[in-house]
Amino acid sequence: MTPPLLEVENLSVHFTGRRSWFGAAPPPVRAVDDVSFTLAPREILGLVGESGSGKTTLARAILRLIPASMGCVRFEGRALQGLSQRALRPVRRRMQVVFQDPYASLNPRMTAGENVAEGLRLHGVGERRARAEMVALLLEQLGLPAEAAARYPHEFSGGQRQRIGIARALAVQPSLIVADEPVSALDMSIQAQILNLLLDQQERRGLGLLFIGHDLSVIRHFCDRVMVLYLGRIVEIGPTEAVFADPRHPYSRALIDAAPAVHPGRRRTRAALAGEPPSPSAAPVGCAFQTRCAHAVAACSAAPPQLRRVAPDHFTACLRDDLPPPSVL
Amino acid sequence: MTADPVLALRGLAVEFRTKGGSFRAVDGISLSVARGQTVALVGESGSGKSVTALSVMRLLPQPLARIAAGEILFRGKDGVALDLAQQDDKRMRRIRGNEIGLIFQEPMTSLNPLLPVGRQIAQAIRLHQPVSARAAAAEAVALLRRVEISDAPRRAESYPHHLSGGMRQRVMIAMALACKPLLLLADEPTTALDVTVQAQILRLIRRLQSELGMGVLFITHNLGVVAEIADQVEVMYGGQIVESAPVAALFDQPLHPYSRALLGSLPDAAAPHRPHRRLAVVPGQVVDPRRPPPGCRFEPRCARAAEVCLAPPPPIAAAPDHQVRCPRWNE
Repeated sequence: MTPPLLEVENLSVHFTGRRSWFGAAPPPVRAVDDVSFTLAPREILGLVGESGSGKTTLARAILRLIPASMGCVRFEGRALQGLSQRALRPVRRRMQVVFQDPYASLNPRMTAGENVAEGLRLHGVGERRARAEMVALLLEQLGLPAEAAARYPHEFSGGQRQRIGIARALAVQPSLIVADEPVSALDMSIQAQILNLLLDQQERRGLGLLFIGHDLSVIRHFCDRVMVLYLGRIVEIGPTEAVFADPRHPYSRALIDAAPAVHPGRRRTRAALAGEPPSPSAAPVGCAFQTRCAHAVAACSAAPPQLRRVAPDHFTACLRDDLPPPSVL
Repeated sequence: MTADPVLALRGLAVEFRTKGGSFRAVDGISLSVARGQTVALVGESGSGKSVTALSVMRLLPQPLARIAAGEILFRGKDGVALDLAQQDDKRMRRIRGNEIGLIFQEPMTSLNPLLPVGRQIAQAIRLHQPVSARAAAAEAVALLRRVEISDAPRRAESYPHHLSGGMRQRVMIAMALACKPLLLLADEPTTALDVTVQAQILRLIRRLQSELGMGVLFITHNLGVVAEIADQVEVMYGGQIVESAPVAALFDQPLHPYSRALLGSLPDAAAPHRPHRRLAVVPGQVVDPRRPPPGCRFEPRCARAAEVCLAPPPPIAAAPDHQVRCPRWNE
């Protein structure tokens, strides 16, 4: 078995509130709480959850853009905790990010070519001319016209900007890309272009991909495995088809049920999940989902349920083994 | 045409003036919304869907944009059809929020952060109806209950920033319904919400519509939302309606190459995962409304484009209730 590309063990990110003049400090907000998973080389792992679930915080902690409170991250076999910024540099080159809004992540005063070349320059790759050639080749591979390198980010459409954002991430030859909602801000007719492009590059370069999204149809189409996050904890993780066809956690079921119909003849008539997630600072003791769960029992408020195996590679953090079979989609 | 339309647009055109010259963001669109009917206006950026909504409310940015042609016929509570394109500001203020309710994508920008939400709803009621402050306050609580906010009397005292995004959108809906409008204009009302909350809000809008019998003009970029809520769909591209059909017909048998390509490019949430599968792609970029091609707006991206597409295509009735702006729809 190949060693994993990325190993996350018991990772937690807690934000402590400021203490008021008199009372004690408020309990910390557990934005990410005891998260463990691995990502294999060439694997596409989807990360879904609603706003406030901790998706982006988890990604940032993995990339060491924010410090973890507990736990560890191993990347290409190397523990990242405790590494100095200097020691992190070569590691950073191997793990890159693609953001939702490429406009915000590109430097508006640099041309597209300079934006893409910046990583190469910072990491001291090649001479100036060699770098320009690499950039031109990359832009062409990503479907941008040859003259694109000399133009500025504002001269491009949203889809083209995302191509530049992807080119920038690929330029330094990473082995892992964290894609944080990479198509959510794009027009419908452009999303498929970018998803196909990501898949082409992922296959061609053998990349591992952590794909963060909220559109379940995109996740199901794109990802090999999927993990569902609720209030900072993994509630279910497994092969995509297993999770979609046979979701074992009531929250995963609710999420899949709430996705809009693909056809007017298949409108949802059943009751949607009621309410909204509690604020992470007011999460209940025990299972975080118990306040909205139709299947909650007394034991659910005792302690946060641990992930347990329900099928090969398929884990759920629900105590109940006796849930009724999921409704047919 | 549908019976008893509450809103009918006829050849509406909206012109924007910019430094680089003027262009038509909306170029001759016609549609109608009947009482009890939900019409979805679906399109991508630059399609003109939001400009259409702003025109109906007469909230176009001044002096940048103006209605260049066409009529916006609205049949008000007095039963008389009025061309909103011709009304002055004073008249429009009486119609907006009273006969036409409005909900937006981001309720936070339309709510007053300094006032409890109950007070804001009561103000909206008193703006258009001669009732006492006490009666308006009671009505505000009743409205909050109606939009399924639990513990409504206490929530009425909350400020907007104390409420979640979904709760704020419910408050917006309560406010829009305060005066029992005949028409609800919903501009991407669920776009900023999570899927579970989106499903709740769509269901709420459907329920309230059937109770109140309003017409709803629902603007969205999301075909999944269209499938959930619409009776009738108007597909916009580059400032024009390229296809107009009942919702089932559009999903079962899209006729315009753009609608077909778009529906074909969406990943299907009900289709099993197969590794390495590629999506069908709509090539090229979304049309820039400032520089539309001379003929069909979709022609540069269309796989079936031919000589005839270089001239502007008129809408064709493919079926009595199905219009398509493509000369080659049946080839």
